[in-house]
Amino acid sequence: MQHTFDAIIVGSGGSGLYAALEVSGQAKTAVLSKVYPVRSHTGAAQGGISAALGNVEEDDPQWHAFDTVKGGDYLVDQQAALLMAEEAVQAVYDLENRGLPFNRTPDGRIDQRRFGGHTRNFGEAPVRRACYAADRTGHMILQTLYQQCIKNGVHFYDEYQALDLVLEGKRCAGVVALELSTGEIHTFQAKTVLFATGGFGRMFKITSNAYANTGDGPAICARRGIPLQDMEFFQFHPTGIKGLGILISEAVRGEGGILRNSHEEQFMARYAPTLMDLAPRDMVSRAIMTEISAGLGIRGDRKIDDYVHLDATHLGKETLQSKLPDITDFCRTYLGVDPAESPIPVLPTAHYGMGGIPTDNRGQVICDNKGTLIEGLYAVGECACVSVHGANRLGTNSLLDLVVFGRRAGRHMADFVNHADQVPVPADAADFARQWISRLTDKKKGPHGGLILEKMQTAMMENIGVYRNEADMAKTVKQLETLREQYGLVRAQDRGTSFNTDLLELIELGNLADLAFITAVSALNRQESRGAHSREDYPERDDPNWLKHTLATLEGNRVKLDYKEVDVSIWTPKPRKY
Amino acid sequence: MMNITLRIRRFNPETHDEPRYQDFVVAVEPNERILDALMRIKRFQDGTLGFRKSCAHGVCGSDAMRIDGKDRLACKTLVRDVAAKGGETILIEPLRHLPVQRDLIVDQTTFFKRYRSVKPFLINEETPKERERLQSPKERMAFDDATNCILCSACFSACPVLEENPAFLGPSAIVQAFRFLGDSRDQGFEERLPVLDAPDGVWPCQNHFECTRACPRSIKITKRINETKRMIQTYKEGSRCP
Repeated sequence: MQHTFDAIIVGSGGSGLYAALEVSGQAKTAVLSKVYPVRSHTGAAQGGISAALGNVEEDDPQWHAFDTVKGGDYLVDQQAALLMAEEAVQAVYDLENRGLPFNRTPDGRIDQRRFGGHTRNFGEAPVRRACYAADRTGHMILQTLYQQCIKNGVHFYDEYQALDLVLEGKRCAGVVALELSTGEIHTFQAKTVLFATGGFGRMFKITSNAYANTGDGPAICARRGIPLQDMEFFQFHPTGIKGLGILISEAVRGEGGILRNSHEEQFMARYAPTLMDLAPRDMVSRAIMTEISAGLGIRGDRKIDDYVHLDATHLGKETLQSKLPDITDFCRTYLGVDPAESPIPVLPTAHYGMGGIPTDNRGQVICDNKGTLIEGLYAVGECACVSVHGANRLGTNSLLDLVVFGRRAGRHMADFVNHADQVPVPADAADFARQWISRLTDKKKGPHGGLILEKMQTAMMENIGVYRNEADMAKTVKQLETLREQYGLVRAQDRGTSFNTDLLELIELGNLADLAFITAVSALNRQESRGAHSREDYPERDDPNWLKHTLATLEGNRVKLDYKEVDVSIWTPKPRKY
Repeated sequence: MMNITLRIRRFNPETHDEPRYQDFVVAVEPNERILDALMRIKRFQDGTLGFRKSCAHGVCGSDAMRIDGKDRLACKTLVRDVAAKGGETILIEPLRHLPVQRDLIVDQTTFFKRYRSVKPFLINEETPKERERLQSPKERMAFDDATNCILCSACFSACPVLEENPAFLGPSAIVQAFRFLGDSRDQGFEERLPVLDAPDGVWPCQNHFECTRACPRSIKITKRINETKRMIQTYKEGSRCP
């Protein structure tokens, strides 16, 4: 079936819904979402959204921008970070005005708390910048934006899986999607398409990410020849529940929680004397892995799945209940532990892709290092790379990224559709998608997708993790080449049309395998340590050679690498100490 | 590891006229989630098994289903919660009161339609006096519990009233209405009244407490429904908004 809209938004998390709110009043708009919109993974974000409101102590958007740049190990585009920090203030007030129930100060203002890497006056001490709604800030943002979409009559196509992008040269013409309830393939002609498909953490074995986080937008773009930027930078959040990867918010440390090794030592004091437990996530994750390999993990066996303790016992039941209720509930449910009484066993968990589809600060997709646009195509949120997170994102800046750039992209799309025409969609536009689906469901025998997924996730976790080296990464690149070949033979067991979730999982596996391959090749290529990309064989940051963004283009069985300048127009890169 | 049996209600309207039950033996750890067991079956035994899932830790609301006759999230139910030892059988069925689309997947259209009918968004057309609308911590906490709702439909399935009266608005929609009625910033009481005060609005609730027991987010649903009823009564007696 073919449809025609002015604007199509793929994804219904925070950034997609924000963009939808901005554009839907101005143009014929539809949101395609693989899950019911309220199921999106924005809802799992816990700790807060940063903005220099200064409600509880002095703060300044300049300080916020600087922290973002330094936190990203200077791979951040600085004007974009400044813009985000400046627009953060109004963005948070807008959310409040639209109904978001933030926690409040005694005088009724939005309350704020500390978070990793956010400091006063360019690094002096932690600052209270994170606006929060208990430890379910993302849930509240997602609910509030969905509520506003209902109020404004936004049109949704629920449970539609995007499969392909329709491009005519450097102009976007539409998108192709699978309707899960019927198995029908739909072509959506549109003047403008926005990808807001979220993360791709499911390429790793232990992750905080949802099953739905399979990088559908970036994978579709990669297959259409659009380079992906900085994919080697993947954040491991220091505190995932051991074994499960479920996130324990940094807000626990923001409220005073402490990481301890087997000697009950607050080991972060040795790694980051000023910020200690509130150092940026890349540093804390490395510190944990270093403690474990020195035999200071709780078991002390130096194995990769040893763990450390996150101690919140001194915070008191009242603080835990009022400010961290969900965390308390997770600990009780999954560990049988009450965090008021016992420490929480934690280990780094694959959390956030700093890289993604390259865009400018209006969300417009850029397809090379000369700033060439794919006209009409936009990307925002985790699937995009502006880049405001550089080599390592600060906590709370992801929710901020969603609302600031979701809004900017939505507004620009609304302008764009006013002066743009529809591009004719060729008759064969859905052919690639059709062939992919028919191959997966053609009743032939093929290898099992589950095994390929497990091998990929294990290889990525072991070799493209917190610490990396040449030999392990090269081995993983080879293995991913093989797994991608095997994927070409995979077949679905389910040949039905209605709710064929077996087919859906194989589509997602294809996307993850492509992105894992690009990630591993980009990581192997970057011979330095910066932010979340930490190499045992190149332990130092190397600005003369590597202060540049990676652009990785998928060309069949290989990845072509190119580079793009970093905007360092405000702050000169310096060694990163906390 | 131990082996347990999941007895799953299967139904594919494309190929079958009637639902049937199928047993799967799967190796699990007591600390694993029922969702982990279902994923193992799907990935390594039978790819045709249909169910929804996403966050896998009880915050997205995708995988509500009936587990041994109770409405729960598969990702928030551990094996040890329902099976004390190996060899036990756990019954897995789709939610009630909503049509089954495939196996454990139900059509939530009705559920979301009723949710939308209560105007679940802040109604206040005044321009804020300051950049933020002020609200005291006490006012904020008055509706805190209701903001927990993840629209999973577990309460909708658990509600005995819906068994008798399928037109009842249902527990979740009322909680969502309360979330705004209880918010000091909201002015939409009268706009929501026609839906809430209708014969199939709040009144059919008979305090069975099944919704409260089922809620995976520990919302005191029955209490919120009763508070909503009282707000309506107060309004009708004094003709003023609570």
